[in-house]
Amino acid sequence: MTESGSTPKPDNADKSSQPDPDQPNSEDFLKNATGVGSSLRQALLIPALALLSALVIGALIIAVTDVDSLKLWSSDPGEAFSSTLRGIGNAYKALFVGSLGSRRAITETLFAATPLILAGLAVAVGFQAGLFNIGANGQMHIGGLVGLWVGFSVSAPTIIHIPLAILGAIVGGALWGGLAGLLKARTGAHEVITTIMLNFIALFMVDYLLTGTLFQAQGRNDPISKRADTTAQFPTLFDNYRVHIGFLVALAAVWFVWWLMYRSTIGFEFRAVGANPDGGKYAGMNVAWVYVAVMAVSGSLAGLAGANQVLGLEPYRAFSGFAGDTGFDAIALALLGRSHPVGVLFAGLLFGGLRAGGLQMQGTAGIPVDLVLVLQALIIVFIAAPELVKAIFRIKSVDDGAKSTVSTGWGS
Amino acid sequence: MTAQIAAGATEESLHRATPEQRRARTVGILLLLLAAFVLWIFGLGVESTDTSTFNLSLPGAKYENIKWEVDSRMLSAILAAVIAFLGGLVLRRTYLRWTNVALAISLALTALSFLTWAAAGKSFSLVGMLVSTVVLSIPVTLGALSGLMCERVAVINISIEGQLLTSAFVGTIVGSAANIWIGFIAAVLVGALLGAVLAVLAIRYHIDQIIAGVVINIFALGLTSFLARRVLTAAPELNSPGRFASAKIPFFGDIPVIGPMFFDQNMFVYATFILVIVIHFGLFYTRWGLRSRSVGEHPKAADTVGIDVHKTRYRNVILGGCIAGLGGAFLTLSQVSRFEENLTAGIGFIGLAAMIFGRWMPFGALAAGLVFGFARALQQKLGILGTPIPSEFLSMLPYIVTIIVVAGVVGKSRPPAADGQPYIKQ
Repeated sequence: MTESGSTPKPDNADKSSQPDPDQPNSEDFLKNATGVGSSLRQALLIPALALLSALVIGALIIAVTDVDSLKLWSSDPGEAFSSTLRGIGNAYKALFVGSLGSRRAITETLFAATPLILAGLAVAVGFQAGLFNIGANGQMHIGGLVGLWVGFSVSAPTIIHIPLAILGAIVGGALWGGLAGLLKARTGAHEVITTIMLNFIALFMVDYLLTGTLFQAQGRNDPISKRADTTAQFPTLFDNYRVHIGFLVALAAVWFVWWLMYRSTIGFEFRAVGANPDGGKYAGMNVAWVYVAVMAVSGSLAGLAGANQVLGLEPYRAFSGFAGDTGFDAIALALLGRSHPVGVLFAGLLFGGLRAGGLQMQGTAGIPVDLVLVLQALIIVFIAAPELVKAIFRIKSVDDGAKSTVSTGWGS
Repeated sequence: MTAQIAAGATEESLHRATPEQRRARTVGILLLLLAAFVLWIFGLGVESTDTSTFNLSLPGAKYENIKWEVDSRMLSAILAAVIAFLGGLVLRRTYLRWTNVALAISLALTALSFLTWAAAGKSFSLVGMLVSTVVLSIPVTLGALSGLMCERVAVINISIEGQLLTSAFVGTIVGSAANIWIGFIAAVLVGALLGAVLAVLAIRYHIDQIIAGVVINIFALGLTSFLARRVLTAAPELNSPGRFASAKIPFFGDIPVIGPMFFDQNMFVYATFILVIVIHFGLFYTRWGLRSRSVGEHPKAADTVGIDVHKTRYRNVILGGCIAGLGGAFLTLSQVSRFEENLTAGIGFIGLAAMIFGRWMPFGALAAGLVFGFARALQQKLGILGTPIPSEFLSMLPYIVTIIVVAGVVGKSRPPAADGQPYIKQ
């Protein structure tokens, strides 16, 4: 037991057995995530088969959309067949080489995974407390803008400037997220509506600010911001590779969220309210405050992801809609990672690898990078429905227990 | 003495104000503030000599050149007075049922006052704006209806966005390859297919319904973008399906303002209004509706009295998919007549919000759809007028209003009791 004192021990609520503090309960987590069995071999079986199934279906999609080879089928079926296979082979080779095949590829994977992990954590924290934060996108925009503002308006040495900018992003995201939490706590407004609306508001706010004197780059008429000072730009971890200290921040965030959710009293309250708001209230928790806190924590993580998008890569500027779709990918990530920080980390690395490899696939094999989205969707569905994989591969059911429901409907 | 008792009783009854009464008080105060705002900003914000000219007919209509010229400040003052009157009525808290109606009317009047202010000294096509509102509300309303069909039987449909996108895509391709009617049918069928996928994942495999929905969204976005880049760029002739012409209803279509809004549109608009009425009637006055609602509220009880829970859910979720398919077809076969990557850009999520905003009721969905339609129409038309307010703020205004309305006024809306829970027969 790592904590002492009179407060209720947070671990008591943990359904799994007492985990070793140094070793996040990865095995238990995997068991929960897959629901297959307790041994690691079995636990990894479903994800591996899910990946395999997704790649097979992806290959079929590549095959049936290969227009040039399809035209060959009537004249020379043999050549058409081998040409189709070549197309698939080239695509997947590029996918692999682009994500894991070289040192550059691996760093690109980590680079792509960084904002995904942070935004995924944001959504996961919400899920654990029974809140569905669709607003990671807006929180990324606001957090990123505040971080960027600190990045170009303050002059300080790197060692102070970067933490300040990160702090700014955290505060910005926390305020934007906390607003939705406050609205829910005070008025019962549903967070799905308010966060969607806040996404749009943030989008327009970014557009407005980027054309104002506060943010707009000098001598520009288009909506683009000033460039962050070099002292605020996230330094890269290795020369000539794009992966930057943001990745370390993401790892720290994974640890922090794990500590918060499973080792702190606040996290215990988060999870208790998520499991049963009425129960939490009855146990004397301030449910309204928990909603605000959860959304603020969630928003601050998304804000960090936003800071990555402006301080972590060229051109170190903000532009209209700079957060892209990361906030929505984050929902998928949190689901794939079963809302557990370590799960989100691995899910983020997987998606980052697919993203980096997908770009290579588009470049060398001419397969649109959007195929990656299809693969992501297939992987999630196969992992979320182990029965589906079992049915396909005719695996006997070992243990069907521990199939948790991640979200609890609209919570009301 | 008696006076004291009476005072005490009043105080106590104030103390024990029901949620509706408290809400009415909030709304009433809000409306009074709104009236002051309208008078101050929109009324006094224009020159006293300004007139706003609203065009109430479209060029080429049967009764052309109907114009409404009005003293801008006077109109806003009258509107503010009406809003204040409604606020006073709500504050009296005698007709609690009409709180929302008073609020809706006041917001509409505020919008009118805003337009008066924006169009002061200029001429503005009010009817063009209203027609756009109706047209732009259609995909949102259809999305909300799709979600409603599913959630009434306790299946959360977050995949509206993906259903809209995929059916828009398929409608385009099939519509271009064959003809527009076959494209339309294909779009609806694909919507149904995705509904069936959601149903199988949620009902047969007990996947968390939000996961299933998110998966369908990602899959739809990935597949349509992938195919658009790989196939549509190679064969651009597959990306011009044409569009459904509007079918004017004789006589009604010539009525000024209302005619072009509701009776001179294409069949998607008529279909949406008919669907709203049919679903409302179906849900609350037929055996099917009673069974659906019972499955959504208490599946176990429904099962006990012999209702096939799973069959009901499958049927409604697939029907919901069809409705989303109709919305997707509308996007490419009526509005733009061409598919682009991520064409829906969040309309499905707005539909989801509209469903919650409309409290899981068909007419609520329609009203919420019209609000969002108005918001988007405003965004498009205000550029023409050139107001001193930055356009971004005007664009975000409807979303802010939605938050205020949802937070202060609609309050907690209650979803079907069993929403999101799989049913496992024992």
